[in-house]
Amino acid sequence: MRATFPHMGKLDMVMSDLFDRTGIGYIVPPRTTTKTLQLGVRYAPEFACLPLKVTIGNFIEALEAGADTLLMAGGVGPCRFGYYAQIQECVIKEAGYDFDMIILEPPGAGYRLFINTLKKLAPGKSILEIWQIIKIGFGKARVLDELEKYALKYRAYEVKRGDTTKAYKRALEIMRPAITADEIAQAREEAFLVLEAVEKDMQRPCLKMGIIGEFYVLLEPFVNFDIEEYLGNMGVSLERSVYLTDWIGPSKENPIMGISDKEVAQAAKPYLNHFVGGEGLPSVGHTVIYAKEGFDGVLHLFPFTCMPDIIAKSILPQISRDFDLPTLSLVIDEQTGKAGVITRLEAFIDLLANKRKQKEFGKSPVLVG
Amino acid sequence: MCATIGVPQALLYYKYYPQWEAFLKGLGAEIVVSSATTKRTINAGTSLAENELCLPVKVFFGHLVELRNQVDALFVPRVVSVENGAYTCPKFLGLPDLARSIDSSLPSVLDPTFNRRLGRKKFYEALLDFGKHFTNKKYRILRAWMMGLSAQRVFQRKLESGLTPVEAIANAEVQTYKGNLKIGIAGHPYNIYDSYINLNLIKRLREWGVDVATTEMIPQRTLEHEASYLPKRLFWSYEKEVVGSVFHWLRNKSVDGIIYVLSFACGPDSLIQVLLESEAKRRGSLPLMSLVIDEHSGEAGMITRVEAFVDMLRWRKV
Repeated sequence: MRATFPHMGKLDMVMSDLFDRTGIGYIVPPRTTTKTLQLGVRYAPEFACLPLKVTIGNFIEALEAGADTLLMAGGVGPCRFGYYAQIQECVIKEAGYDFDMIILEPPGAGYRLFINTLKKLAPGKSILEIWQIIKIGFGKARVLDELEKYALKYRAYEVKRGDTTKAYKRALEIMRPAITADEIAQAREEAFLVLEAVEKDMQRPCLKMGIIGEFYVLLEPFVNFDIEEYLGNMGVSLERSVYLTDWIGPSKENPIMGISDKEVAQAAKPYLNHFVGGEGLPSVGHTVIYAKEGFDGVLHLFPFTCMPDIIAKSILPQISRDFDLPTLSLVIDEQTGKAGVITRLEAFIDLLANKRKQKEFGKSPVLVG
Repeated sequence: MCATIGVPQALLYYKYYPQWEAFLKGLGAEIVVSSATTKRTINAGTSLAENELCLPVKVFFGHLVELRNQVDALFVPRVVSVENGAYTCPKFLGLPDLARSIDSSLPSVLDPTFNRRLGRKKFYEALLDFGKHFTNKKYRILRAWMMGLSAQRVFQRKLESGLTPVEAIANAEVQTYKGNLKIGIAGHPYNIYDSYINLNLIKRLREWGVDVATTEMIPQRTLEHEASYLPKRLFWSYEKEVVGSVFHWLRNKSVDGIIYVLSFACGPDSLIQVLLESEAKRRGSLPLMSLVIDEHSGEAGMITRVEAFVDMLRWRKV
């Protein structure tokens, strides 16, 4: 078996780590490029959401590279993601490829099914061994998220532009070979030392922005034009609402991001009183929380036609009015160009900076340009 | 206490209006239904709604605006789930919140939650909670609900006898059309029966001598059974019905062709379309046409396509 999986941010690192542990042959699909997207757009349904298109492209490129088994997560709705795997199988088979598909449905869809799928992915291993593999692999993935969170927050303060990105990449390389729990703990310390060694100017007045929205667009740098690095370089300190392990993990506490599902739902309640699938409710809840914490602005990213986040987008203007918090919603699809996104972001940052100046010096009756 | 309640003639109106009517009247409310969709409805809706929202929700907003000055409260139920293990579209889950977000001058929004996933007890608790807006007598609330259910059963029977929801709500008689061709129209009721947004598709087809069958005319049990042939159980109830009807027609060939009506940017439909088209291709038994509608739909373009489809079906029969 030569298994493969779609890209989503650092997911490839986590997956190859897990496959190494279970001893399954695998192929990491080529990194997502414009060609991947074109392949996806050619075969995917016209107004399906962008993640489906990109992941179909990933799968096709991996099949061309010699993979024979596609691994995909399932779901129980109401977001479209839960039916992705079936559509991918249908579309890619119609495109003339031959392969097996393993769909990992969440335990919520039936424990037996879940365990049987896991056994397929780790042949010859007992449930206990599988559990340990998942536990340790997941622990490692969590460290990767911690590193990312650190980089997002402190990139804006670095003295020499680009240092944090370089250090972050090195930190990931330090983490990669760690296998046992001890090694992971040790690598974690080293990795953080590397990140902390970056020279920072904490007196610099940096804007504070929250990033919310649909998880795939937030996590996959190809799709969001590496927006986080760009914002960091523009001197914006970031906090993000979704991290990979928070999203995969069963915990409702979200240890990386630090705000539990319950708090999020509570914060969203006056505006959105029910979960709507995907990140609809978290997007609204986080905006309210960020507003209360005194953030300068909130950036909202989601793919075109994403149902839950369209609901969030409809509601954000209300929150923006109530808390006097600027928000910018960017809809991303295969037609979106980087220049357009950057222009709007620049304008947004200018607006936030001006707003902060006004707050500091009191309201000036004259427009200062 | 609320006296007049506004019910927008959009979205789930086409599915549950008789039930809602009997229920609300049983609670002692007076009902005002918005008039059928017009250009003005769509304009009002699109100017208020987020750009990305789908056409049916924009139309829904238009109806809310129309009712604005006529009623004390708007009836916008949150239909989370109508059966175990399934949801409706996410937009329905957030519909009351969407309604509140559009225009601060709207009257208050009544949003009873219908969620079958939480079990019978929770369901009735939510129902009694909602009923408190009208009366404190639990007995009256439950009786009104029962009246709603029986009205819905009558409605369902009418649909299965071949009436469209609009005809059934208007108490029309069953007419036998003697067309020489029969087309199945699959899709969401709010797209198929809102004659303005689909440019009068059903009436036009009947004028051309085509008999029309729709998803609603097939018994629920058949739909459920046919949809079970999918590779994975669909977690959207209404889309499951659409899939069920198309699979049903593809199998028993009781129609000569199928028109699948979907609205642009509809999330569930974007995936269903793939399943339906590939199944139709695999079986090769009946022609299937997908007709995508949006607020810019031009009449000429659509008529040309449907005409060509009908002509093709006629040639096929010869």
